[in-house]
Amino acid sequence: MNSVFVYCETDKGQLADVSFELLTKGRILADRLAVNLEAVVADSGVRGKVEKQILPYGVDRLFVFDDPVLSPYTTQPHAALLSRLFSEEQPQICLMGATTIGRDLGPRVSSACTSGLTADCTALEIGDYTDPRTGNEYKDLLYQIRPAFGGNIVATIVNPEHRPQMATVRSGVMRAEVRDADYKGEVAYPDVARYVTAEDCVVRVLERHVEQLPTNLKGAGVVVAGGYGVGSKEGFDLLRALAKELHGEVGASRAAVDAGFCEPALQIGQTGVTVRPKLYIACGISGAIQHVAGMKESGIVVSINTDPDAPINALADYVITGRVEDVVPKLLKKTPQAPRRGDV
Amino acid sequence: MSLNILVLVKQVPDTRCVGPDAMTPEGTVNRAALPAIFNPDDLAALELALRLKEEHEGARITVLTMGLPKAAEVLRESLYRGADDAVLLTDRALGGADTLATSYALACAIRKIGTPDLILCGRQAIDGDTAQVGPQVAEKLALPQVTCVERIEQLADGRVSLVRRIDGGVERVEAPVPCLLTIVGDAAKCRPCNAKLVLTHKHTEPAPDGVMRQWSAADVEADLEQCGLKGSPTKVKAVQNIVFKAKESRRLTADEAELDGLMKELIANHIIG
Repeated sequence: MNSVFVYCETDKGQLADVSFELLTKGRILADRLAVNLEAVVADSGVRGKVEKQILPYGVDRLFVFDDPVLSPYTTQPHAALLSRLFSEEQPQICLMGATTIGRDLGPRVSSACTSGLTADCTALEIGDYTDPRTGNEYKDLLYQIRPAFGGNIVATIVNPEHRPQMATVRSGVMRAEVRDADYKGEVAYPDVARYVTAEDCVVRVLERHVEQLPTNLKGAGVVVAGGYGVGSKEGFDLLRALAKELHGEVGASRAAVDAGFCEPALQIGQTGVTVRPKLYIACGISGAIQHVAGMKESGIVVSINTDPDAPINALADYVITGRVEDVVPKLLKKTPQAPRRGDV
Repeated sequence: MSLNILVLVKQVPDTRCVGPDAMTPEGTVNRAALPAIFNPDDLAALELALRLKEEHEGARITVLTMGLPKAAEVLRESLYRGADDAVLLTDRALGGADTLATSYALACAIRKIGTPDLILCGRQAIDGDTAQVGPQVAEKLALPQVTCVERIEQLADGRVSLVRRIDGGVERVEAPVPCLLTIVGDAAKCRPCNAKLVLTHKHTEPAPDGVMRQWSAADVEADLEQCGLKGSPTKVKAVQNIVFKAKESRRLTADEAELDGLMKELIANHIIG
């Protein structure tokens, strides 16, 4: 009873990275609460494909909903299924990926269950809470921790009275780790017709066009990231050149994306990509919490900034005080592949 | 039958231009230091509504916001751009609402207005980035939803065809009307204010009746148990101003020799190369 649930996403029978990451975190939370970890897959043609992927993460019970009405994803069939399942199973926690699907589905389900949902959490913990108004004490709530307010503060959110306590987490924020390759969990194959009605299936997907992501930012060993201080699109070309020389990828802060210096897919941070490169070169990035949330586990951090007191400098192993457009061309000349012309 | 469009908008503090004075020493938000603006994604939603109005004879656009009395500013800006009328939902009882309590109050107001053919809203507001209120309003009104819409292709015969963003691509979907759409900010740049409309509405203030109506929680028959702080399942336990743990940083200048030394060190330590 009152298990931890993870809503898993699949693509052609393969579980999404974020779902493995959430199962891992879900197992940790379930251990701490001494309850079961349960997982839900809702798709078409997944029976027989997902069980062996999911159970080793320490899943005690897996619900596989397999029916053509569940694919391609549209909101209402999945929302109806989850809200009805939750009213039967009464989970205390439900985790979802902060993907296009999770961010579409989570709020719909939370509204149907009248439960609280916190988006884009960067950490999840279990702890107690005393309501400052009523003095009521609550044991073992889910602490949903996220940068808030444009990433300038970090807030810890709790849902004292309503269940399930729901949270979404971006891909790459948590780590994925198999619990036990032979973990013994039950698998249930409920009748989808009991959960989804014809009225739920009114939105139709006519066609879908998905491209390989233009960047391999998430797995890059070297990231050259630019912020507002890069100043222009042309400034980003310099960063691209340096990233290419270092066999890395270009990233950006939200300020740079908002300013139109580069495409949104490059955004690193709470509402973008989380990276863990060996080398992170921050160019003209001040270091709002929302950005740092996406790069704080980087190995070596180099910060290039005209402001010697930029907040990101506190995280940096090397702080270069200077203008991006002066420093980056000089670094370009010193890359391992660059022809050595000797110091000028 | 003419087309009725409702646009949900929000006045937000401009978190994009946060300076060092944005936070008080106690770690709370210094709202006075941040300008209040029209939420960017909502402007894109308004523009798509205005384009539909141009294509559909007799269409009407109503704009709804919930907020402080000052939020009448974004309603006025909507009228300047071509919205037909506006509703300001404001009440102390609605203060401190999380996304769920907000969507409940908005849904009550929409029922009072009368469910329109289309509800458009921005994908998310820059002060929270949750993207939750749109889907939650749709659920409360039992309407289909399509999120992250970047283009409305066609609206005819009770169906609307759309292009929406998904992870790594786009998809075309078709939804029945009425439905709720959330619009991505770069879907369309909103047109500027119309000088004639500015003159018409410059002095338009919220009133019980007229072009800009002001409603309280009681006016929309909202159950106070489900409104504001009281109706919010999520509570903020703590807010922290984060100070990064300082590493031992090496300080360098833009000098060639120093930068050369850095690169040699990175190569020697197998970080690059």
